[in-house]
Amino acid sequence: MVADPTTDPLLAVRDLRTHYSVRGSFIDRLRGREAGAVAAVDGVSFDLRRGEVLGVVGESGSGKTTLGRTLLGLVPATGGSVHLRGREITGLPERELRPLRRRLQIVFQDPHASLNPAMTIGAAIADPLRFHGIAADAGDRKRRVAAALERVGLAPASQFADKYPTDLSGGQKQRAVLARAIVLGPEVLVADEPVSMLDMSVRAKILELMIALKEELDLTYLYITHDLATAKFFCDRIAIMYLGRIVEIGPASQIYDDPKHPYTASLLRAIPEPDPTRSVPRDLPRGEVPDAVSPPLGCRFHPRCPRAFEVCGWESRDLRTLLETRWTRMAEEEYERERELVGELDSLDEPAVEASLPAGPGHTDEEALGVLEAMRAEAPDDPFWKGVAELQPDGSGARVRFHEPLVPRDLEVDGARVECHLHDPEALAAARAAAASDGPAVVAEPT
Amino acid sequence: MSEPGGSPPSEPGEPVTSGPGEPAEGGPGEPLLAVRGLRVWYGTGGDPVRAVDGVSFEIGAGETVGLVGESGCGKSTLGRGVLGLLPDNATAAGEVRYRGRDLVGLSRRELRDLRGPEIGLIFQEPMTRLDPLHTIADHFRETLRIHEPELGDEETRKRSLETLARMGIPPTRFRQYPHEFSGGMRQRIMIALALVLRPSLLIADEPTTALDVIVEAQILQILADLRENFDTGLLLITHNLGIVAEACDRVAVMYAGQIVEEGEARRVFSEPAHPYTRALLRSTISLRTTGLHYIAGAPPNLIDPPPACRFHPRCPDAMAVCRERDPIEVSLAADQRVSCWLHGPEDEIPPQGAEPLERTEIAIAEEA
Repeated sequence: MVADPTTDPLLAVRDLRTHYSVRGSFIDRLRGREAGAVAAVDGVSFDLRRGEVLGVVGESGSGKTTLGRTLLGLVPATGGSVHLRGREITGLPERELRPLRRRLQIVFQDPHASLNPAMTIGAAIADPLRFHGIAADAGDRKRRVAAALERVGLAPASQFADKYPTDLSGGQKQRAVLARAIVLGPEVLVADEPVSMLDMSVRAKILELMIALKEELDLTYLYITHDLATAKFFCDRIAIMYLGRIVEIGPASQIYDDPKHPYTASLLRAIPEPDPTRSVPRDLPRGEVPDAVSPPLGCRFHPRCPRAFEVCGWESRDLRTLLETRWTRMAEEEYERERELVGELDSLDEPAVEASLPAGPGHTDEEALGVLEAMRAEAPDDPFWKGVAELQPDGSGARVRFHEPLVPRDLEVDGARVECHLHDPEALAAARAAAASDGPAVVAEPT
Repeated sequence: MSEPGGSPPSEPGEPVTSGPGEPAEGGPGEPLLAVRGLRVWYGTGGDPVRAVDGVSFEIGAGETVGLVGESGCGKSTLGRGVLGLLPDNATAAGEVRYRGRDLVGLSRRELRDLRGPEIGLIFQEPMTRLDPLHTIADHFRETLRIHEPELGDEETRKRSLETLARMGIPPTRFRQYPHEFSGGMRQRIMIALALVLRPSLLIADEPTTALDVIVEAQILQILADLRENFDTGLLLITHNLGIVAEACDRVAVMYAGQIVEEGEARRVFSEPAHPYTRALLRSTISLRTTGLHYIAGAPPNLIDPPPACRFHPRCPDAMAVCRERDPIEVSLAADQRVSCWLHGPEDEIPPQGAEPLERTEIAIAEEA
């Protein structure tokens, strides 16, 4: 396939997957549990267009860093494809990847860790030139190093080339790292949190430098960050990642002014503004990003989503979380009394759309059910209850059947792409049908 | 196991009891914490690092004070200096009056007895403070055993569970190990370990810096509830002005070892009096940022800081006097104080002292 450099994306990423296998603990193996896999990147697709700045924004555990490393071949993709100017680059042997790395460079978060403390700045920047056999001779190499140093503002170069990383401030080190990244004349720079370890007073300077480099050197950026504020200023388009998926991607202006995914909206609302007259709302998503070894069923964000409904993926583990959260709000005696009514919760840890909350020793299934009824009576509007299709005593405990989960589809909404049932007419229809089927089988509110 | 939370403040919701042999509390109207002219210098040779160099501020019961400034301005040293948690090569002088009692010069043992039950400490990296070989229950048992040995097993368990529940950690997870918790949960556990001793003052050094924005907001809400429900005083050390705006009643701005401006947070944010405060606010990138601004240059080394006003080499408004004379602290309206010649006192400014200072171009070589 011949790529047309004028219209084809520089990088075309399709259904990219990076799964790490994890060995279970000794106990897990004794119990015969399978070793799991962390789906750090789990089906990601996007185009990186020539000359744009694409922000990849997510919390820790979202897979954003793994995504950047996979694009560079620093970790192997386990599925999907990455085309650089039309050429497939996943699965290439190191020998063939090496020349491509000239065109694709990465800058990491921690400038201190990115520079060898035993190497002068000049030597560090000359290193890739030597490695790729680019400079004609030592003199040429020195000239290229000096040019790179001066381009990143470490001028005069003679004053910096012989210094060691410890002689430089954090901002200067990040400049040196940028010099090393541009010395090979790359097309794409993957910048993974390049300013988040720097002081506020320095961040603006480094961002400004990156903007200047982009213009002067005709670069394309993939800007990986947890910080929506710098991304807003810096990026043309934004991709929001959550647990290995891009849940929303679109033009920056649209993402910030009219976020379609409840997760994006929550992230935006959680940022404290340097303005004491405004405050962060208290109704933020509960909990934290769950374990990627076994992500939530349905929509991965549903356990934390304030707008989740019937078909979003409610399941056994959500029941456990809700119970435990309830218990943190109880006085001790009350908790002890209620805790006795139900048995061990471990059976709820296996994701399932039918769960049984066992009755405690010496207690009846009706008593276990009573705990759930009390829980519902206390917070009937919790989105969890929309997901419950049926609640019944089953002889040994309370059986909870949830509505069948739907996995969100990749939808086009007003020029953005979003994976959320709120924007999917079919999911909304399924939810209405599910809600209508909640018949008399559902236990009525306790009187 | 070392003391997990570091320091303990006093009892939420209950009157604070003085430790054995402690003098009576300070007189009426005395703030919870009053720091006067505190200096903390590192190194005993001829060229000490003056990390904290003459700092004064107060924290009242139930009050949250934010301490901001760039890295290397002495914020963390100040927090540790208040607690007497300083390395051997550091020297502290001045006054740190906690409930009327001066902590400077107390023995290590006396300070250790105060940290925990009176003054609590929360650090940035919870994982490095929790012992991976001990359960959460063990951590609480050890902390309470050291500081409140008279407490029985049942009472210990009860107090621990209560405090954890308030932080949103369910009782079902009491016997788990630190690695079984997420980063945000671990920070909640650390806060609970500090609070279980019911301190009346809490010092939190970048408590949310390693956390994601949603979890950060959750932790800030917990800290806000603490202030409202238990009247705990809080010194919140952060580089994030958004957090100060969100969580603090007052803010102290630190530059090169000194507090250059202090006042009610709303006031300081809306009418910053010191050019450094203004520059910090302008350089903050927020969702409403439309242009990039930064502060020229970098904070000075604290062995040999610039003479007179330490900010003058980076200050856009510097005058001749700023290089010649130490600024004098001036009180402005609404309890705001600033050390900057722009605010006078005018009769202390020599003739021609108000002439703009010819600033030497600050090369990137000296910048961060």
